[in-house]
Amino acid sequence: MQFPNLMPIAATDAAVRWNSLYNFLLGISVFFFVLVIGAMILFIIKYRAREGAKTFYFRDHHFLEACFIAIPTILLLGIFGWGYSVYNSMMRPPADALEIHVIGKQWLWQFQYDNGRTTIGNLYVPLNKPVKLIMTSQDVIHDFFIPNFRVKSDVVPGMYTSVWFEARVPGEHQVFCGMYCGTSHSQMLAKLVVLNDQQWAEFQRGKKIGPQPDARLNLAAEDTTADPSEAQAATIEPVSLATQGRAVFETKGCVSCHSAGDPTHGGANIGPSLAGIFGKNAALQDGQTIRRDESYLRQVIEQPQSHLLKGYQQSVMPTFKGLISETEMNSLIAYIKSLK
Amino acid sequence: MSNATTAAHGDNYLNHEKGLWSWLSTVDHKRIGLMYMATVLTYFLIGGIFALLIRLELLHPTQTIMDANTYNRMFTYHGAIMVFLVVVPAIPTTLGNFLLPMMLGAKDVAFPKLNLASYYVYLAGGLFATASLFLRGADTGWTFYTPYSIRTSGTVILVLTGAFIAGFSSILTGLNFIITIHKLRAPGLTWSRLPLFVWATYATSIIQILATPVLAITLALLVMERVLRIGIFDPAIGGDPVLFQHFFWFYSHPAVYIMILPAFGVVSEVIPVFSRKPIFGYKAIAYSSFAIALIAFIVWGHHMFVSGESEFAAFLFSLITMFVAVPTGVKVFSWVGTMYGGSIRFNAPMLYAFGFLELFTVGGLTGVFLATLAVNVHLTETYFVVAHFHYVMVGGTLMALLAGMHFWFPKMFGKMYSESCARVAWFLILVGFNVTFFPQFILGAQGMPRRYWSYLPEFTLLNQISTVGSWLIAAGFLFTAFYLIKALISGEKAPSNPWNALTLDWQTPSPPPHDNFPVTPIVTDWPYEYRPDGAIVPIQGAAPLPA
Repeated sequence: MQFPNLMPIAATDAAVRWNSLYNFLLGISVFFFVLVIGAMILFIIKYRAREGAKTFYFRDHHFLEACFIAIPTILLLGIFGWGYSVYNSMMRPPADALEIHVIGKQWLWQFQYDNGRTTIGNLYVPLNKPVKLIMTSQDVIHDFFIPNFRVKSDVVPGMYTSVWFEARVPGEHQVFCGMYCGTSHSQMLAKLVVLNDQQWAEFQRGKKIGPQPDARLNLAAEDTTADPSEAQAATIEPVSLATQGRAVFETKGCVSCHSAGDPTHGGANIGPSLAGIFGKNAALQDGQTIRRDESYLRQVIEQPQSHLLKGYQQSVMPTFKGLISETEMNSLIAYIKSLK
Repeated sequence: MSNATTAAHGDNYLNHEKGLWSWLSTVDHKRIGLMYMATVLTYFLIGGIFALLIRLELLHPTQTIMDANTYNRMFTYHGAIMVFLVVVPAIPTTLGNFLLPMMLGAKDVAFPKLNLASYYVYLAGGLFATASLFLRGADTGWTFYTPYSIRTSGTVILVLTGAFIAGFSSILTGLNFIITIHKLRAPGLTWSRLPLFVWATYATSIIQILATPVLAITLALLVMERVLRIGIFDPAIGGDPVLFQHFFWFYSHPAVYIMILPAFGVVSEVIPVFSRKPIFGYKAIAYSSFAIALIAFIVWGHHMFVSGESEFAAFLFSLITMFVAVPTGVKVFSWVGTMYGGSIRFNAPMLYAFGFLELFTVGGLTGVFLATLAVNVHLTETYFVVAHFHYVMVGGTLMALLAGMHFWFPKMFGKMYSESCARVAWFLILVGFNVTFFPQFILGAQGMPRRYWSYLPEFTLLNQISTVGSWLIAAGFLFTAFYLIKALISGEKAPSNPWNALTLDWQTPSPPPHDNFPVTPIVTDWPYEYRPDGAIVPIQGAAPLPA
């Protein structure tokens, strides 16, 4: 048995910045620990009880006490600022980040890609390209944790959370579920597989790739859209996520009330048009303004009454809560995003 | 509770009345304190056995002695029992009950019958929570996060009810103590002469009465959702799971200070006595308890940096959390400053105070890691957090409880314990604690999440070191139980004031008479007037002391 490394590898630029901050904290903690405990041990030795020895007598020392307050305050504010700046860069993905949808469920991870593929247990991402994970849970709270990237976010049912990263190290990276979620919490593992340009292009074309998920994951590695025959698979174009969403848009009846801004597809204007709305602000009936992001779309699909747009006195749209699966919701949102 | 052993002292609170019923129906704060102590220690034993079983299971990466469902119940009960039934009530209800009126020169707390009622409320809460053990159990973790806690099977409601009921004991005790401190101080005992243990208890009581009702409301809502399917926290029926976390931590973060402030109080008493020096920075220590109590209420969101709370909220909670470290640091520096130029003795209470300083300093410094936003993202929900809060709560609170129990043991029972035995046990517990929990910092930094029944093979060595450490702690506690029980039965008779301490609780016989003081003491100075020549001047108290 070899003694393990103290830290996981730093596989992103953010992880390298994280390491600098962590090492600084480690240094300053060792300094203060040695200061406090060193002083304690020194006093224990120097001032241990002896016959006839006189003790000092003092109750306060205002300057010293002011230092006890001022020095830590300044240091802590500095640490806070550094921590916030690294956090800030970890929270803001570049606009061109590749989006991949993550669904957590007891006890596995499922991934949906723009090209329409779905994988379970293995998340495939390209090397040196920013990737944003848009995550939700089908049941209880999970947590997507990639130690090598120093990122983590809870994956919460009923809302979307996200993390982003730009992987610098090809190969496999361990993913854990960080939020206790029941019996097999500790086996809810995944592998994040960083592919080089050529592998990524092949993956995009539908080729089945690479290592199987952790053997302890009780599920067979499942790649639900790729053809099992590799030779054939390389030539099959999967149906993109947005196109899948267009089908959901039709089968769930959205098309009968909402315009998609496409003369060949929908056109009724009972509800608001969905063309080009994604990411823009909208005025609500109660005077507030809201940004129409993934969580907003999900909320108004599931509970249309929750956010009435300005100009609409009431909603005639039925609630779709429980009627659209998480995978369908991801494709539907991808479709709405694609509308110009 | 042996009455016969102390009869030789003449009339005291232990033999004032006889028989089991005289204990069960007592309104004497000292007896209630001892009943709490017996109960808290029983729960500590149960929670400790769970801890040992958890560590044993983690000896190997896959199953060692139990399946995942059993393991999940184990860590749930370990956490719930240790938090709600041991660490939160430990110092206020045992030492606090026993000492508060004595330090104030009072006969009892302001509402003695309410005090007894608090004990039975606590006992009832504990029985509810532990009863569920014998049914199907609960596997929610002590945090009861929704929607898991709503959907999982098992007797979650019993545990919730137990915590709910135990909370009222905490509220009533806090109320009782605040009124006692305001109304029952002896003549001359001004606020600036109050022992720091009293200040700490006061600050703790404020948190208890303000924060605990929020826990009660939250748990009640959770029970309503589980039973009546009212959609509050479960998104499947229209609720918001993150709302639960806000409610829960609005109590449970201040609860951390309910656990640690009384420990600060104990350490502030022990260090000047065994350094033979006035406490350094009396006002700084007293006021910093209130600063901590105040900040405690506005930092709960730092438990939720990765929960999906907004970046702005994370910004504010991280910033405010940093300020917790300032008053905490002031205290640590003041305690070390008190030792400077003293005449330090190495009795067991002081050894435990040293242990407290070591462990709490590590716990406090690693708290800064977790308060720092970006660093928190990687470390939260890993073993780093587990190690951090064990260093604070066990290293801090439990070390202080042990310091206090050894310090006041002669006062409580009129007997001396064996110092040499105490040293051996102290060494085992302190070393065992570091061996158990320090590797967990490394495990967490490496990325091992908490609440894992199985783990990846690369984490094996550190987990095994940690498990061996847990056996050292267990040996230390077993040995402590052995020599303290031995001291109860056949310990040397304790003098009134074996440590030559100056607070009022020592200015009366050991064990104290039923009414605490033969004559109401009159206070003429603060309780830390340790003179340079070492002369023992009984500054406080008007009562003539028997030898």
